[in-house]
Amino acid sequence: MKVTSRSVDEVEIIKLEGKITIGAGDSQLRESITNALNQGHNKILLDMSGVTTIDSSGIGELVGSYTTVTNRGGKLKLLHLPAKVNDLLHVTQLITVFEVHEKEADALKSF
Amino acid sequence: MERPGERIEITISSRFENIELVQVIAEHVCENAGLDDDGSHWIGMAVREAVANAIKHGNKLDVRKRVRATLDLQGSQLDITIADEGQGFDPTKVSDPLNPQNLMKTSGRGIFYMKTFMDQVSYTFTPGGGTSLLMTKNLAGASGIASTK
Repeated sequence: MKVTSRSVDEVEIIKLEGKITIGAGDSQLRESITNALNQGHNKILLDMSGVTTIDSSGIGELVGSYTTVTNRGGKLKLLHLPAKVNDLLHVTQLITVFEVHEKEADALKSF
Repeated sequence: MERPGERIEITISSRFENIELVQVIAEHVCENAGLDDDGSHWIGMAVREAVANAIKHGNKLDVRKRVRATLDLQGSQLDITIADEGQGFDPTKVSDPLNPQNLMKTSGRGIFYMKTFMDQVSYTFTPGGGTSLLMTKNLAGASGIASTK
């Protein structure tokens, strides 16, 4: 998985591209969140538009990331959720946990 | 003329990078049977979860242990068996990920996804070791996630 990040208005936008699956991408997601927090960013927007595949391990990492950021007093939100990732969050009722935005500008304003 | 049945068997070593091999084969079988992209994707997803469990929880990442996948298509009925060489587990102790107490757990959703995307999921445990997971799906009328239970 490719991970790139940029800062806009104190929000760290982390773009994930590729697979977030067991043994491939799940640990990278965790590291990217840890790095952002260690650098002092606690407003994190995960741009999911480039995610091609996610499995239960990847969903678990999203949940773990949310908990980690929240426990550090921050906020983690999702941007540009692919339809199939959205479906997986819906069937497990996790869609009620995550704040999801379709437009970056709207997401930035919400923090 | 009725389409002849198809049976595919593949054996892999317990490496995560082999999961996609089985997933792709399952998706191809579904597509060749006329299932649409969404329906094929979700069955492939169930297979991915089953193989990942067999490698991680069954064979405990021991690359010397094998995972055997069998896809048997007869008419519109697809039977998928994923067998490992592990010590088995108690399915009744698998927690419900929809229980509010479990919602924020970072694991425990794989079997739930299998049950969501397939018609039936059952386990057989061999006394000498090894778990065999059988997942079935009637492809007639199967499509995207909306048609799953």
